[in-house]
Amino acid sequence: MTTTEPSLVVESLRKDFGPVAALDGRMVRVLNGISLTAHRGAVTTLLGSNGAGKSTTLACAQGLLLPDGGTVRLLGTDPASGGSALRSRVGVMLQDGGLPPSVKPMTLLRHVARMYDRPVDVDALAKRLGIDSFAHTTIRRLSGGQRQRVALAASLVGNPEVVFMDEPSAGLDPQSRQTVFELIEELRERGLCIVLTTHLMEDAQRLSDYVYIIDNGRNVAQGTVADLTAEATSATESRTLHFTADPGLPIPRLHDAGSLIEEAAGRYRVEGLHSPAGLTEITSWWSEQGVLPTSISMEPKNLEDVFLDIAQGGTRG
Amino acid sequence: MADPTPSPLPEAPTTGARRSNAASLTTRVVRHGGYETRAMLGNGEQLVLAVALPLLALFGLTFTSILDGVAEHRIDAAAPGVLALCVMSTAFTGQGISTGFDRRYGVLRFLATTPLGRAGLIFGKALAVLAVLVVQVVLIGGVALFLGWRPEPAGIPLGVLLLILGAAAFTSLGLLIAGTVRPEATLAITNLAWILLAAGGGILIPGSRLPGMLSDIVAVLPSSALGDALRETLISGTMNMGAILILLAWTIAAGFAATRWFKWN
Repeated sequence: MTTTEPSLVVESLRKDFGPVAALDGRMVRVLNGISLTAHRGAVTTLLGSNGAGKSTTLACAQGLLLPDGGTVRLLGTDPASGGSALRSRVGVMLQDGGLPPSVKPMTLLRHVARMYDRPVDVDALAKRLGIDSFAHTTIRRLSGGQRQRVALAASLVGNPEVVFMDEPSAGLDPQSRQTVFELIEELRERGLCIVLTTHLMEDAQRLSDYVYIIDNGRNVAQGTVADLTAEATSATESRTLHFTADPGLPIPRLHDAGSLIEEAAGRYRVEGLHSPAGLTEITSWWSEQGVLPTSISMEPKNLEDVFLDIAQGGTRG
Repeated sequence: MADPTPSPLPEAPTTGARRSNAASLTTRVVRHGGYETRAMLGNGEQLVLAVALPLLALFGLTFTSILDGVAEHRIDAAAPGVLALCVMSTAFTGQGISTGFDRRYGVLRFLATTPLGRAGLIFGKALAVLAVLVVQVVLIGGVALFLGWRPEPAGIPLGVLLLILGAAAFTSLGLLIAGTVRPEATLAITNLAWILLAAGGGILIPGSRLPGMLSDIVAVLPSSALGDALRETLISGTMNMGAILILLAWTIAAGFAATRWFKWN
């Protein structure tokens, strides 16, 4: 196997649930043609709102659910028939954690490690994740962030090559979040293939090498964070310009540049810039007013804008 | 400064054939069985159900006249039924409740993603049931021997087989309930069934002693089949083929139903 071969290939995944009583016994199509590819040494993110089909996609990729259509190849194998040999190379962090409440973290982690031939050093891993500080508390009594760290450790004790993380940042306090993010980045550097889901743009933007935006069980956009934001900021689309200058400047009537408003004292925003001519109009106005702005920025769209564009498109369609 | 310690984090191999990192199937099942056994023996409520209540039943049946006439000595009639009750405590009620809550908390789902897998999980649980049963038989059988129990030696091998068959039947039933209803319902159903079957299900007191139609209904229950078959073999060394067939039928039916309808999450 070459190292460039993808660790995970999902093609045209389809999954129906039901029959659902509330829908007169009809089936619900939860996944409707999801496709994705994930490579080693990279973080691949499924971004979507709750109910978009992210967890179901992961469950099919892990072999926990049998798809009704499409194919999954995980480390070159069908996960439904990969057996213990395949499972031993894949770590899973479930959204609800999957942790027994009456057990202490170290008891659980040691037990899970004993299912593997070559586990990692459990004590060192627990220390790295700060679990040693609450090792003698039952899982029931841990905070959300502490539980999340135990679930993360449980997905890593087996020394996996691929790790699935369903909403790894859910319910984390800022400090735990930082710990978890740094850990994910380190795992990427160590050559693991990381597949995670999130509904938070910020997390996707911070962590991902490649993002699949999914909605209603379908792929709606994909690419690197840069690709996705650049694509949305296409040549014909309007941009927003921010600048700061003296407060209280007279607001001009603009022809090419859309509208200018003073958001807060001295902070101005120009919306609806469609062409370089609009920019010229603004700079001419500065020149007339004798204004030299203290800062100017024209930001590309962030992932959130992309997501909102797509969501609005979906509503219109 | 200390030497830089190696990172505890996993590292993906860059060269060479990737091989399985799973412990062998036997190792996994034995280790999970040990883990579940410790969990069951470490749980106070489970111990009440597995040890304290059967002991109370043993004393109650030995020091009252309920079982007079079943065997020459009361203890000989009481002990087999109490061992059958132990099977029901551990395999059905205890196992059912813990599996139900494991399912609720996603523990079954998570462990199914490790090399243990779903089959290993079930085998491990079955192994834990047998291990706890051994502890119960030693403890409660020991107390019964102390109270004067003298089982028919010729009937002991069949008695052991019946305990295992009974464990299989009640584990399947417990898993069927735990895998299909909410854990609170599992708790209620398996506890209520335990009380009803212990009182009037033919497990401690022969079903034939119940009035009229009730005795016919009870005769086909797994509790009555296990109780009657154990009593006959341990009192007189005879094999109650009818009861054994009933128990086998329950095991196959519940095993099939659990395989078919068990929901993992």
